[in-house]
Amino acid sequence: MSMKIKESPSRKIFVFLNTFLLCLIGFACVAPMIHVLFCSFSDPTVIAREGGFRLWPVAPFSFEGYRAVLSYKNVLIGYGNTLIYVIGGVLLNLVLTISAAYVLSRKRFAPRGFVTMIFAFTMLFNGGMIPNYLLVVDLGLIDSRWALLLTSAFNTFNMIILKNAFLSVPDSLEESARLDGANDLRIMWHIIIPLSKASIAVITLFVAVTLWNSWFTASIYITDRNKWPIQMFLREILINNSQKSLESGAQASAMALQILVKYTITIIATVPILCIYPFVQKFFVKGVLIGSVKE
Amino acid sequence: MRMKQLLANYRQNKLLYWLILPSLIFLFIFNYIPMGGLIIAFQDYSFTRGIWGSEWIGFENFTDFFSGMYFGRTLGNTLALSGLDLLFNFPAAIILALMLNEVRSARFKRTIQTVSYMPHFISMVVAAGLIKEFCDSSGVISSLAVQLGGKPQSYISQPQYFRSIFTISEIWKSVGFNSIVYLAALSGISEELYEAARIDGAGRWRQLFHVTFPGLLPTVIIMLILRCGAIMNVNFEKVLLLYSPSTYATADIISTYVYRMGIIKQKIGFSTAVGLFNSVISLILVLGVNKLSKMYTETSMF
Repeated sequence: MSMKIKESPSRKIFVFLNTFLLCLIGFACVAPMIHVLFCSFSDPTVIAREGGFRLWPVAPFSFEGYRAVLSYKNVLIGYGNTLIYVIGGVLLNLVLTISAAYVLSRKRFAPRGFVTMIFAFTMLFNGGMIPNYLLVVDLGLIDSRWALLLTSAFNTFNMIILKNAFLSVPDSLEESARLDGANDLRIMWHIIIPLSKASIAVITLFVAVTLWNSWFTASIYITDRNKWPIQMFLREILINNSQKSLESGAQASAMALQILVKYTITIIATVPILCIYPFVQKFFVKGVLIGSVKE
Repeated sequence: MRMKQLLANYRQNKLLYWLILPSLIFLFIFNYIPMGGLIIAFQDYSFTRGIWGSEWIGFENFTDFFSGMYFGRTLGNTLALSGLDLLFNFPAAIILALMLNEVRSARFKRTIQTVSYMPHFISMVVAAGLIKEFCDSSGVISSLAVQLGGKPQSYISQPQYFRSIFTISEIWKSVGFNSIVYLAALSGISEELYEAARIDGAGRWRQLFHVTFPGLLPTVIIMLILRCGAIMNVNFEKVLLLYSPSTYATADIISTYVYRMGIIKQKIGFSTAVGLFNSVISLILVLGVNKLSKMYTETSMF
């Protein structure tokens, strides 16, 4: 029945060109990271001498960069801090976002429309950088890990997405649970959350990625290097070209090794995220469709 | 009367009210208090006197900004970077989605999707580091230019190249991820519509114009509303990581200027005023475009 009609020559040319272009686009998307990956496994002296773009590994293969990274205590500190910010931040976000989305998706909640507008308005207008900065100063949170955890604890956009996901759960399920005497916490935990797993998974990934990659708030709120996330050390190394982060605990490393280590740290700080997202990919669409704020 | 209804509703659904309370408190502290803090835009703010003791100076911070040399430059750069993004990046995602929609093999389609999402998940710091490396005097672009007979130069430190570098890298970083919305809209178009068009003798191009485009239009309009509302919000972190005093002429945007004036030079009142100008224009834009769209297409956000 479907589409087994003979394809015209122009159609064949189109399909070929389309496939070819998509391959090119796909290649362009990954090429920079492939370059970094191969550089990170290369011999430091070769990298320092030749530079250039690499799309194939350079012999001799070397793990020296990775061995060196483990001796930089800043990298370990940054990695540890990032884990604290990501795990703590994801938990905070999930608790706040799910509970708000649950309430705003209940038709029993009388001030629903008004409260939704209070939330939605923050997507249209905000105090901006400086008043936010002053707030953190006035709360005494400068140089505190809480500054990063609290200022990123809630995201209205994610809440609206989850609210719309929760709204698509049939009312009849909730009604029968309520007849059985279930309260809101039980309904949320046993009905709404299990039926919205895909949306929650996507929101969790997006929040985790945002927190993992976040550096700007740390750059204005945290001066204590012991509390810096990994991205701040990366910025120092990649953007400011400072070797300060690379001061090794043990011995001063050679110039060549420091160039190599740039690539190694980039890989170490990026690969965890790149390994996770393909598994959640098919649900992405649930996290980007927002449709309308009002339902 | 309404208060009574609310009270009755609370008695029946106490748990709901308690569940929303934490996020409302968060919203109040971290969103609404800073909005109140915007009044310092009308003050000669000093840290020692604080928000209650600083001198009121009316619109002086605003007039200072509008009459200074940075107003035209930062506004122009903001609009230029945003305009280029709207012109190239916005349609790029739609085109990619249309191209992917023509692919028959599900596996090939999924693979291209996976790799095209990848740049979105790379941190801004790493992306900026890569851009700097590639556009440096010893980078890929420079060595390509040398092979074509040019001489090695650092592109990232020259103002005339900043906008191109910014726009091209922005497409690289976001085109795949931005195409998700359009792919979803395309897969939502009923196969029956295509079937009917074929029976009517429509070729592939006619199907594209009469079935695909109309099906895609509501999504395009919603995304355009969001995009137009964000015209004043250029990817601030990226500019901050990529620009340098030598490229300020084309790279310095309103929000990086706010950052330098407020966080670095601590001119709090002035920088708040500049930021407020930016936010107000944004708000007017998003409400305006939303209204226009409601009038002409029945598609709107609010």
